[in-house]
Amino acid sequence: MSQADLTVQGHSTAMAEPAFSIPAKKMAIWLFIIADTATFAGCLFAYGFTRNATPNWPRPFHSITNVAVMTLVLLTSSLTMLFAVRHAEMGDKTKAFRWTMITAALGIAFALLHLREWMGLVGEGMTLFHNPWGTPLFGSMFFSITGLHLLHVTGGVVALIAVGLRYQGGRYKADDLEITGLYWHFVDLVWMFVVPLVYLLNLAH
Amino acid sequence: MATAETHKNSGMTKDLIVYACILALAGIQFVIAYQDISASQMFVRMLSVAVIEAALALLFFMHLSENRGLLWFFAIFTVFVLLALQYGWTDSFRLTDGVPWAK
Repeated sequence: MSQADLTVQGHSTAMAEPAFSIPAKKMAIWLFIIADTATFAGCLFAYGFTRNATPNWPRPFHSITNVAVMTLVLLTSSLTMLFAVRHAEMGDKTKAFRWTMITAALGIAFALLHLREWMGLVGEGMTLFHNPWGTPLFGSMFFSITGLHLLHVTGGVVALIAVGLRYQGGRYKADDLEITGLYWHFVDLVWMFVVPLVYLLNLAH
Repeated sequence: MATAETHKNSGMTKDLIVYACILALAGIQFVIAYQDISASQMFVRMLSVAVIEAALALLFFMHLSENRGLLWFFAIFTVFVLLALQYGWTDSFRLTDGVPWAK
């Protein structure tokens, strides 16, 4: 056996089985998701700690209509992303691209609804360090958590458009669309915890 | 080709069912928000529903159910982080109940 054979054989053995039998790019996004889960868990825990340790925590939300619509939009965007990936796996580029752009449009709609809600709260006198209902920590926690989530949504929309266009142009494959989809589902998953903890628990009765 | 098309259609049907379940669970959270119960009870109920929602999304939207190894890796890491964070609650309660200025 030659040195070249040994090198190739050794190399192929080392590369034979990727971690959890998934491609490196997919593994990378999963590691990012795990790290980001810890980030959001830390933020939500800090919020829970502060809320619990602060007597007379404000409950300023009078209507759930806006947050309900936002939730519906984001959950639906996860479904449209799934459709995009299903079509991409089938090699139907046109439909995959269309569903990806619908997902991005829903993401933009969510961001606009979010900004509209923020503007409403700012109009009522709420800022990062002040609000008319009580402890100023409420504004800090609310804007920090929802702002971090909105930042993720914005990044996701940019990624969806960029990856969608490159997929349509033939530079990216179905795998790349699936990886972007994993990130998008994660953004949706975080919202499932933000809604009850940050909005619904602070609903005025 | 027909098999692939059938597979895609059955996959989409499954996606729709999971989506409907998650939507219904989200609706339950909104119903809980209007229940006449204490904040701690509301917190527990809403968080329980959120965990089920998240599990459905992880297993079926993110396809973790198809990769046992990755599922365990994700679950163990996440549960460890979440459990490690819990030690702070005692201090949170001390601030409201265990200090001289507490009510």
